[in-house]
Amino acid sequence: MIFFKRQLPLLITGIMGVAFALQYYIPHPVSEEAITHISKWMQIISGFALVLGLASLFQVHAVKIKRQVPGWGYSVILYLAMLVTMAVGLFWSKGETTMNGAQTGFGWIYSYTMVPLQATMFSILAFFIASAAYRAFRARTREAAVLLVAAVIVMMGRVPLGQFLLPWTWDVTQWLLNVVNSAVRRAILIGVSMGAVALSLKIILGYERSYLGGGKDQ
Amino acid sequence: MSLGFLLLLLLIPGAALAAPVPLTSPEGFRALDTPNDAGKSLSLVWKSSPGDSKARKVQIWMAEGGEAGTPREFKKVTEMPSNARYLKPGDFPWWNQPAAKGDHYVKVPSSQTFPIQDGKRYAAKLVIREGDQEVSSPVSEAISEPNWFNLAQVNNLLFVIAFTGVLLASISAARRNPHVYLRRIAGLDAVEEAIGRSTEMGRPILYLTGAGDMSDVPTIAATVILGEVAKKVARYDTTLKVPHRDPIVMAVCQEVVKEAYLEAGRPDAYKEDCNFFITGDQFSYTAAVDGIMLREKPAANFYMGSYFAESLLLTETGAGTGAIQIAGTDSDHQLPFFVTTCDYTLIGEELYAASAYLSREPVLVGTLRGQDFGKAFIMAVLILGTTLATFGVMIQSDAVNYVLDLFKDFK
Repeated sequence: MIFFKRQLPLLITGIMGVAFALQYYIPHPVSEEAITHISKWMQIISGFALVLGLASLFQVHAVKIKRQVPGWGYSVILYLAMLVTMAVGLFWSKGETTMNGAQTGFGWIYSYTMVPLQATMFSILAFFIASAAYRAFRARTREAAVLLVAAVIVMMGRVPLGQFLLPWTWDVTQWLLNVVNSAVRRAILIGVSMGAVALSLKIILGYERSYLGGGKDQ
Repeated sequence: MSLGFLLLLLLIPGAALAAPVPLTSPEGFRALDTPNDAGKSLSLVWKSSPGDSKARKVQIWMAEGGEAGTPREFKKVTEMPSNARYLKPGDFPWWNQPAAKGDHYVKVPSSQTFPIQDGKRYAAKLVIREGDQEVSSPVSEAISEPNWFNLAQVNNLLFVIAFTGVLLASISAARRNPHVYLRRIAGLDAVEEAIGRSTEMGRPILYLTGAGDMSDVPTIAATVILGEVAKKVARYDTTLKVPHRDPIVMAVCQEVVKEAYLEAGRPDAYKEDCNFFITGDQFSYTAAVDGIMLREKPAANFYMGSYFAESLLLTETGAGTGAIQIAGTDSDHQLPFFVTTCDYTLIGEELYAASAYLSREPVLVGTLRGQDFGKAFIMAVLILGTTLATFGVMIQSDAVNYVLDLFKDFK
C-alpha cells in the first residue's frame, strides 16, 4: 500500500514535472497537443472534485443545523438558496441564463442576486482601504512616516486637483513609481521566481513531500 | 570665384547622393523553414540595399513547389516598403541567427491567402517595384517543418540544469553538515506564539490557502506550511479551521492535516471537517470567511498563498476582531495590504522558505543555500549586463551582445 500512497504519486509528480518543464522548450505541435489534453483531464478531474466540495458543504451545514449551533439559521438559508437555484436552473431554465432572447429564472437569480451581492462585497473594499490606510499612516515610526509622505505625494500626483495645486508632485510620483517602486518589485519578483523554481525542483526531485501528507517515513 | 559656382560645388555631392539607386534583383535571397517554431510557416531573408526606401515596394510571391522546371502558379502574399523588416540585435541569439544583422527577415505564416502545410515544398520570390519599374529575385524553395527543440532557449535550459546542480550540491552539503545558518524570519517565529495564544484564549485558528489551485506554486507552498502549522496545532490541542475555494486543494489539505496529527501523535484529535469547502466564487468566499471571523473570532489568522482583491477584505476584518495575523504571499500587488493589516508578512520567497524554516530538515534547508547562490548569480549578471550594455552604447558596438544574449530569454 505504501507504493500507492507514496512512491506512485512521487513517480507521477516527477515524470509530469519533467514533462511540463521540457514542454517549454519544445515548439512542436505534439507538445501543444499534450498540454491541451492534460488541460482537459484537469477540467474533468475538477468536475468530479466539485462533488467532493459540495458534499463537504452540505455536511458542514447539515451538522450545524442538526446541532443548532449559534448562527444555524444562516445554514438553513444556504441550503434553501442552493436548492432553489439548482431547481430553477435544472427544471425551469434548462441550465440557460437566457432563452429565446428572454432572461430565464436562473438568469434572473444570477443577475439580480449574485451580481449585486458580489458588487456589494467589492464596493466595501473602498471603506476597508480607508480604515487600513488610517492605521498604516499613523506616523508612529520612521518607516510609517516615510510611507505616509510617499503615499501623500503619490496620491496628489495621481489626481487632477493634486497636480493643479502641486504640479511638482507629478514628476516625483513618476520617479517614485518608476524607480523606487519598480526596483523593489523586481527584487521581490526575482526572489519569488527563484523560490518558485527551487520549490518546483524540490517537488519534482521528490525532496519536498509534505504536500502528500507527512514525509519522514520514506 | 563666383558665389553661384561655390553653390554648384556644394550641391554636386548632394545631387549625387539623392540620385535614385537603380532597381536590382535583391541579393542573397533565400527561403527557409522558420527556426524554432511549431511549423506551418516559412521565412525569407535577403540582403539590404542602399536603394531601400518607403517608395520602393517589396512584394512576396509564393507558390506550391512542384518538380523543378515545371511552371508554378505564384500568388502575391504581402507587400511592404523595402526599408522595413530588418533583422535587429535581440531578435535572435547569436548562436541561432537565420541571417546576418541588418538583412531583411520576413516570417510568412500560414494564412487564408496562402496556406502552408508541413512537409510540402514551396517556392518563393520577391518582386521589387518602384514606379513603373519592376525586378524579380530568383526563386528559392523551402519546406516547412515543426521543430522539436527551441534552440534560442538553449541558454535557459542550461541555466535550469546548472541551478538544479547547485541545488543538489547544496542539499548534499547540508546532509554532511546540517548546521546551516538561517536568518530569522519574524513571521515564522510568530507561528508558535499565535498558536499558543489561540490555545490560551480557547479560540480556533483560521488558515487560508489562497485563491490558487493545486497547480499554483504558492498554493503548494501554503499546503506545505499548513502541515507544519497543523503539527503544532495538534500538539497544543487547538481547533484548526481551513475554509477552501478549490475542492482539490481541500482534498490535499485533508491528507496533509491528517498526516500532521498522526506525526504529532494525536490522531484522535483530528477532525475530518476542519477542512471544508465554501465556494469557488471570489467574493462569496470572502463574505463567508469574514462571517466566520466575526462569529467565531479566531485568535490567529494565517493567509498563505496567492491573493487578489479579497486580501484586504479578509485581513481588515481579521484585524478588527483582534486576531494575530500572519500572511505569506508572492502576489506582489497585494503585499501592501497584507503589510498594513497583518502583524507579520512573509514577503515573496519567504513563503517558499517557510517549510524549511519550520521543519529545519537539512535537505530542505540546503535548498535555501542553493537559492542564495542563484540570487548571487543573478545579482552578478545584473551588474555585468548593465555595465556591458552601457559600454556597448558608448562605443557603439554590438560585440557585447555575445555576452548579453547568453542571459536573455528568447521566445
